[in-house]
Order: sequence, then structure tokens, then C-alpha cells
Amino acid sequence: MNFINYLSERPKLTQLGIVLIVFFILMSMTGLYHDLIVERHLFAKSVVKGDIQSSVGFAESMSMILNWQLPPQLVRIPELTFYHPVINTSATYVLIALLVTAGLLYKSFAESVNKSQWLRVNWFQIISKGFVGIIVGLLLIPTLYNWFFGEVTRSTFWEIPFMLQDFSQYLIFEFWLTPVYDPEIEDYEDYGRVRLFTRAIGVTLLFLINLVRELLIGGFETVVSLANVFSDQSGWDWLNENKDKWYSSVPAIPWTVLTAGAFILGYKLQGVGLSILAGFSCIYLAVFGQWEPAMQTLSFVLVAAPVSVLFGVIWGVLAYKSRTVERVITPLLLVAQTFPHFAYLVPIIVFFGIGDHAGAVATIIFATPPMIRLTLLGLKRVSPEVLDAGRMSGCHNYQLMFKVLIPTARRDILIGVNQVIMQCLAMAVIASFIGAMGLGFNLLLALNQLRVGQAIELGVCIVLIAVVLDKLSLAWANKQTDYFADLSFVERNKTALLFVAVFFAALLFAWFGNWVFADTAKGINYFYLIPHNKGITTEPFWQAGVDYMVSNWRADIKIFNKWLLVEVLMPMKASYLAMPAIATFVLTMGVGYIIGGIRSAIVVGSFMLFIALTPWWERALITMYMLTFAVIVSVFIGTIVGAICVQNKRATKFILLVCDTFQTFPSFIYLIPVIMLFGVTDTSVLIAVIVYAVIPPTRYTVEGLRNVPESLLEAGDMSGATKLQRMVKIEFPLAFPHIMLGVNQCVVFALFMVIIGAFIGTEDLGQEIMQQLFSGGNIGSGLMLGLCVAFIGLAVDHLIQTWATKRRKLLGID
Amino acid sequence: MSDQQPVIKCDSVYKIFGKNAEKMLQNANGKVVAEEFQKAGCVVGVNNASFEVNKGEMLVVMGLSGSGKSTLLRCISRLTDATAGNIYIEGEDLTSMSDKELIELRRNKMGMVFQSFALLPHKTVLENIAFPLQVKGNSTKDSMQRAKDMVDLVGLTGRENYFPRQLSGGQQQRVGIARSLAVEPDIWFLDEPFSALDPLIRKEMQDEFLRLQGVLNKTILFVTHDFDEALRLADRIAIMKDGIIEQLDTPANIVLNPATEYVRKFTEDVPREKVLKIKSVMEPVGDETDFSDLRVSEDAIIETVAEAVLADPKSVPVLNANDDIVGVVHSSKVIHVLFGENSTLESNA
Repeated sequence: MNFINYLSERPKLTQLGIVLIVFFILMSMTGLYHDLIVERHLFAKSVVKGDIQSSVGFAESMSMILNWQLPPQLVRIPELTFYHPVINTSATYVLIALLVTAGLLYKSFAESVNKSQWLRVNWFQIISKGFVGIIVGLLLIPTLYNWFFGEVTRSTFWEIPFMLQDFSQYLIFEFWLTPVYDPEIEDYEDYGRVRLFTRAIGVTLLFLINLVRELLIGGFETVVSLANVFSDQSGWDWLNENKDKWYSSVPAIPWTVLTAGAFILGYKLQGVGLSILAGFSCIYLAVFGQWEPAMQTLSFVLVAAPVSVLFGVIWGVLAYKSRTVERVITPLLLVAQTFPHFAYLVPIIVFFGIGDHAGAVATIIFATPPMIRLTLLGLKRVSPEVLDAGRMSGCHNYQLMFKVLIPTARRDILIGVNQVIMQCLAMAVIASFIGAMGLGFNLLLALNQLRVGQAIELGVCIVLIAVVLDKLSLAWANKQTDYFADLSFVERNKTALLFVAVFFAALLFAWFGNWVFADTAKGINYFYLIPHNKGITTEPFWQAGVDYMVSNWRADIKIFNKWLLVEVLMPMKASYLAMPAIATFVLTMGVGYIIGGIRSAIVVGSFMLFIALTPWWERALITMYMLTFAVIVSVFIGTIVGAICVQNKRATKFILLVCDTFQTFPSFIYLIPVIMLFGVTDTSVLIAVIVYAVIPPTRYTVEGLRNVPESLLEAGDMSGATKLQRMVKIEFPLAFPHIMLGVNQCVVFALFMVIIGAFIGTEDLGQEIMQQLFSGGNIGSGLMLGLCVAFIGLAVDHLIQTWATKRRKLLGID
Repeated sequence: MSDQQPVIKCDSVYKIFGKNAEKMLQNANGKVVAEEFQKAGCVVGVNNASFEVNKGEMLVVMGLSGSGKSTLLRCISRLTDATAGNIYIEGEDLTSMSDKELIELRRNKMGMVFQSFALLPHKTVLENIAFPLQVKGNSTKDSMQRAKDMVDLVGLTGRENYFPRQLSGGQQQRVGIARSLAVEPDIWFLDEPFSALDPLIRKEMQDEFLRLQGVLNKTILFVTHDFDEALRLADRIAIMKDGIIEQLDTPANIVLNPATEYVRKFTEDVPREKVLKIKSVMEPVGDETDFSDLRVSEDAIIETVAEAVLADPKSVPVLNANDDIVGVVHSSKVIHVLFGENSTLESNA
């Protein structure tokens, strides 16, 4: 009796219990198929061979269920398509849907007071509802119909990748053709305008990148491009003829000049601290022989970041101004947040080809969404009174936007700029997959050769560039002017003058280098440009460290690894794969219902359904298994470390610094040591994932605990709580919503790394994406796979956000 | 007075929030009942407001939160558009102005101070004050010079290069005031300017405000929810409730003759001697010739002269601005105001 009372007081707990019971019942009902589904693809193979049916009719399904055996279509969603009865069903459905929609619209129209304005107010709803109705009608319903009533063959979902692929091919090669003169075959050829357009974008970006790059490290591509435009020859021919002229190439700025410039810029913008940081970063790059790749990366970032910021601000402003834009853009931003980077690359290769420009496009597409989100957020947060103050000062719209709104939202917009810079450098490695030059490319090489030392040095380069760019842009935005300092010309322009002076001094210095280093065998002028890998290196040190670890710890690690694989990971993976599809739905939708009611259940269910209907359900299950394991361990470690560190101010500061560094550090680097220690196993992937995914829970735990109001802690102390009691009863419950946001971020980070883990060798969605990328790529598959990954992330995101919002409202914290 | 046109003139102004406000207002034929509108999902902000403000006059709009006082102010500054009615600024119809004209008007004739200061966080004190001038297109040098003068006027000298976040609330509001005055506006709007400040600072800022008004003599529309503040500052007070102006009169008249029960509640606890001027208690000069040597001004607040008048057994002559004797005041009358005839008696009678 007591137990029943206990449960009836806690309805949520009861619901969870029921969901779990149903889940385990369903898990136990796989019976016939159990051995087939624990191995990926075995079930599908059996279906193809004809050993088992992919789906059975309604009556048979019922009798199977009564015999404690799930029918096959509930175990694995079969490949289905709409054939005969289904086409009829769907046609009827669409008709009914249209009738219902029309009826609803008419009702809304009849009830509205202002009839002339009705269309203007509701057009977005009409279009979006109609669109959703048709999509659901054509794709989902027939498939579901087949699922339950057992008609055969392929799912319309399985056709989508090919449809998308065909569509993109059509766009590129057949849509809206125009004749273009090709000098090589001396004839006109038909080109798609879409391709010409993407090519124009690519060429423009490439020119800009090359221009910046060659100013930094010298070269002649810019001259060639200009010659292409201004002479009637082809650029390369012109270059060959004018080889010996002084204007045939852009000379590099000596690194000494640039370093001096960095010192001065840092000082001018903020002061000594920034000056030292910027200057020494440059010296590091040069001395370690990474000047050339670093400048290649820098040139790439200096083009991609401003473009991303510009796009981000423009779209953010548009979304702020127009409800419609905001409504369209919000779901796209959500998906972009969790969409795996690699999945972007497939369509970019198809539309833009390979090279620095493609890398820049990928980076821009990737870095713009956070900028848009933060711009919009910042603008929305501007207090209405400030807006009124601007209007009362007589601003017109332009002044209101650029002098009042954007500057007032500056804090969030600057966080956006910071995000863009971080994303650009995070993409440096990934973009090198599609031909971007620079640090990322070298890092990838070092990775393939398992050279830890070099990879770490390169990683530090990337972190330094990121930090310096971030700080410089921040300082620039915060700069202050003094209006009453009555200065002479020299005083006002002293930094510029100083720079000119230093410029010539360093130039002279570099020129003297010609003599200083004339004797050395290789004839390298170290004051002008330190060639790649000709600097000093710490590689032997790191290598020795790794060698030590491998030789001394290997045996122990092997035992641990074996235990983990055999006792934990393999069974876990098997049990994930052994889940009948219907059980997965019961569990996820059930949890959704408990957390956010029927709406959340439907949202989560739709995400899962999308994945289940694609051909990659089993791969998604493996992704989910790795994700779950990594997230559980990361959250466990992260909260404990965070909770311990927050007890001490210095430790707090230290741990936040560590978090920042780890986050900027190119995540690929984590892969090297783990591969060397754990070999090509799931353990390696998971450890790399955990190292990366542990950052957000740690950070959010620290922040959450630190932000618990002081008065509450004192209230706890005065009630005579011990330190532990205070922690458990006051601090953690209050910080919990914030910590959950950390868990949310942890999932996003882990998902990102799990996909990258495909490098080591996994068999999840990431591997499939990687294959699409390297096999030349089917755009459709790439996008669909990306969406699968994104939807896993979004489902978790939705659940946690809903929960945290509710909880925070309950606690009254905002 | 008659040949001079009012600076602000409101002619049955309505502001109703909600989807079909305009249509409902047309149907209502000018008789707006808040409850009916509420049922239809509309909220009545301002309900048939008509009044005039003359040059150099300070009208204080007083009301509790949700009474529509800020909405009225926003209509007059056209930060929101009134649903119906006309507003004239120096004879020009505000409601029909184009955006361009409106911007010109704001740039040259209007200044506004906000409750939460509404300073631009990225600009220093000086830049904030110079902002309206720069928006107008003045040169940087001129704007900064003018801004510097304003800084001195509001007593923030030496803090020109502070950022708003480095200032206390009172100082921030001084910046807000300086900014609103930078373009030398004729009309000055203040939306609960002192509500966010501590009581002591509030008192100080009110004094400062009176000092400034003494120097500048602007036409002022001042919104507050603090009745004492209204009494202290106003030439005339408009008391609002549920969007309706319950009474619009001088402070003395509001205290002495509250028009409605609602207004009476406000005036009940007001110490009269702090509000009333000698003018309102003086009697016409009779046959009496035996005056006291003491002279009081007709505009003096009773409290300030009460002690002297009470100490004097004889009647005290009252002078107007031109030093002519316009009446006398007896100590008995002052005692009456101070201690007798309280509002309860009045209401019983």
C-alpha cells in the first residue's frame, strides 16, 4: 500500500516505470530475429536472400505478437515504397489533407475581422502548412501504411538521396544553360549558369585568399590572375614572358616586419599585454618553422572570417526586422548547430570543386550560423528604452540600426565574432580534406604519420592564431577615442609612424640577413622567411614521451583495453543493436512525453522516424551507443572535476583556462596518442571523444555552482548544514538546470567527435559520411546522413532544453 | 495667453492595443468602456485624453502602473502611434507627420529622459550626450564642445570619459538628462526619470531638476507614479486611472477639491501645508489697517512661512510678484489648515 501511495504521489516516476517496463518487454520479444539483428546488416542480408520476410500482413502480425514475437517490420523498419494500394491510399490522404486544410483556412478567414489584411497576415502559415501537408502525405503516410499492413518493396525515403543527387546534377549541367567560349577547343560550349555562378564565387574567394597569402609569404598567383584580366594573353603565358621583371611576383613581407607589426598593433589596440601575446605568437610561428603554413591558414581565415561575420550580421539583422525571415531561419540554424562538418563537404565538392576556395566556402557555411544566432539574440536583448532613446534622438532607420542597435548588442555580436574565428580555425583541419592549404593540411599529414610532436606544435600554432585574432578583434571593437587631447600630428599618429620606421628597419634587417646567412650551406635568410620545417622543433621530446608510454604502459593498457571491450563495450553495442525499432520508439517518445508532454513526444518521435526510415538505422544505433557511453563518462568526470575545482578560486580559474585551451585545440590531435596506445578499436574513439566532450560539463558545472546566490549558501550555513549537505541539498539542485545545458553541449561535442572518430575506424554514421566524401560523393546521401546525425543531436537537445526551461521556471531563476 | 498657441495640444487621444483596435473604436463611437474592449482581446492604454500644455509650463502626469501615463507620453512623442485623436505640437499635427518631418521635429524640438536611463553602453558619457547632435550631422568638434557644456551643466565635470556602467544610478540619469537637453529642445519629456533611484538621490535629483528648469524654462511633460514628486514639481497635475484622465488641475486645487473618489484617496494623506500656497488661504484685504510688519509672497508654500505667521498676532499682508498687497493671512487660518478641518471632516460635511 505504501509503495502505491509513493508512486501515486510521483506521477512522472510511475510513467517512467511504465515506459521502462514496456521497453524491456519489447526488448524480450525479438525471439526469432534476435541473432540476426545483433550483427549489423545480417537482418537485411537475410531479407535479400529470402530467408525471412521483411514484413508480414496485419493478421499474421497479430498472431505473432500474441505468441510473444514481434513481427519483422517492428523489429527493423523494412524497405518500403508506395505501390498499388498505397498510391491510392496516399492520394486519398492528400485529398483529405487538402480538404481539411482548406476547411481550416476558410474558417480562419471567415472568423477574421479584417478580411482585406487576412492574406497578408497568414500567407506564411498557408504555405508552410500546405508544404508540410504534402510532404507528410506523399512520403510518410504510404511508408507508414506499408509498415503496418505489410506491402512490399522500397521506402520512398531510400530514394531521396538519389533524387537529390539527380537534382544537383541537373542544376549543374542541365539547368538554364548558356554558351561560353572555351579557348582550348576554340568553340562555344554550353555551361549551366549555376556552375558559372559557383565558379565565379570560387574564383573571387580564391583571388582574395591568394592576394592576402602572397602579401604574407610571396608568390605569383595574384599577378597571374591580374594578367588574366588586364592582358589579352592567358595569365601563365604572360608570366612566362615577363619572368625576370620585378613585377612578376608579389614579394613576401619578411616575418620580422610582420612580427614587429604585431607587437605595435597589440600595443596600439590594448597595451603591453596584448602586444607581447601577439608578438611572441608570431615569433613562435616563425621559430618553429611553421611560418608558411601558418600564413596560408591566416590568409584563409582573414578572408573567410570577415565574410562570415558580414553574412551573419546581415541575416541576423534581417531576421530581427522580419518575423518571416526569423521563422524560416530558426530551424535551419538549429540543424546547422548539430550538422556534422563532413556532411557539408560533399555538396561543396560537387558545386565548388576542390581547393582553398572550397575550404573557404565550407568554413563560411559552417561559421555563419552561430554569428546569425548571436546577432539576433543580441539585437533582441537591446532594451526597448534604448531603442526609444535612439528614436527620440532623431535617428533615422539606418542610424538606429548601426549607431544604436548593433553597438548596444555589441557584447553578443562580439561573442559571435569570437565564435566565427574559433570555427574558422576548427575548420582549418577539416577544410584541408577538400584542398585547403596550411596548418590543417600539415596536421593531417602529421596525423597520418603518427608524428605526435609535430601535430602538437601545429596544434599550438592554430590555438595561438585563434587567440591572437580573437583578442585583437575584441580590443579593436572596444577601442576608445579621446576628443579633447590636443595632440600634434606626430603624437596622434605615433604608432603609424613607429610602424613605418620599424617596417624599414626590419626590411633593412632582413636585407642584412642576406650577408649574415650567406655562408650557411642552404643559403636561407632566417630574417626574411624561415622555410617550412627548417625551424627548431620539440618533436623528439614528445616522441620520447609517447615512446616511453607505449613501451612501459602498453601491457597494462592492453589488459584494461581488453576488459573494457569485452566486458563493457561489446555487450553494450550488442544490446543497442538488439533493440527492436518499436522499442527504441517507445523509450525515446516515452521519455519525451514525461519531459515535455505530447508535443515533445511527437518532436522526438519525428526525429527518430526520419532516421528509422533511411537506410542507416543500424549505423545510427551504433552512433547512439558510442554517444551514450561517451556522454555518461564525460558528464560523470566533468561534474566531479567541476565540483571539486569550484571549491577553490585558483583551481576554478585554472580549470576554465584548461577548458578554453582544450576547446580551441584541433580535436584531431587527440586521436594520435590514443591510437598509439589503444590501437584501432572503439576504445580509442571513445577516449578521444571523452577528452573532448568532457569540456562542457566541467565548464557548466563550475559556472552553475559559482552562480548559486550567496544568500542561499549563507542560509544553508545558518541552518547548520555541513559542507557536504550544503553541496547536495542546495548548490547542486540550484545549479542543475545549468549543468544540464552543459550536458546538452556535451552531447553536441561528443557527436562531433564520434563522427571524426570515423578516421580511426568505426562502423557508425560517420564512417558512411566519410565514404561518401572519399568516393566522390552522392550529395543526397551526404545530406541525409548529415541530417541523421543532426537529428540525433536535436532530439537530445530538445529534451534537455525543454526540461531545463521548465525546471528553471520552477526554481524561479533566469 | 489667448494669442499664444499651446505647445502641446491633445484632442481626444485614444490608444488601444490589440488586433482590431481601430475597428472597435469606430464602432464604439467615442465611448470606450475598458471591460468591453478587454473581452475582445484589446487593452485600453489611453482613453479620450484632451488637454493643452503652454509654453514654459510643467505638466506632471501621475498614475499608478498600468494607468496609461507612459503610453500617453509615448503617443505625444509618437514613439507609438495613437489609435485615434489628434496631437498638435506648436500647432502642427503630429499624427499626420511624415517620418522625415518627425525626425526633424525630434532632432530639434524634443528631448526625452527615460526611467532606466537608456544610455548607450558602448559610448562614454561625453559621446552619449553628443549622440543626438552627431545623429543630426553636427561636426564632431561642435558636438563635443556642446556636450562638454552639458556635462558641466548637470555637474558631471571630470567624468566625461567614464562609461555608463562606471557611474551610479543618479549620475547615469544626469547623463540621460544632459543628452536630452543637448539639442536645446523646446519640449522636454521625462518618463519616470527618478523612479529607479534611491529616495535620497531622488530628492537630490528633484532639486537639481527644479534648478535646471529655473534656468532653462522648458515646456515639460513629466510622468511619475509618485504623488509627492508630482506635487513638488508640477505647475499642473493630470491624474490618470485606466487610461482616463481623472482630474487635471493645479496641485492646490487637486488637494483642496479632488474631483473623484480615486483622486481623493491620493490626496488624503498629503500634508497640506507642504502643498498649498499662501494664495489659497489668504483673505481679501478688509477694513483692517493694523498689519504686521511681516510680508509674505502669495506663491510661498505655507509650510515655509507658517512659523513666522503663527508667531505674529496680527494679520500678515500677502504680496504678489509686483510687491502689491493682494490679501492678508491670519494665523487662525493657518492653524486651520495645519491642524483643523482635515479631510475626514470635509467628507462628512
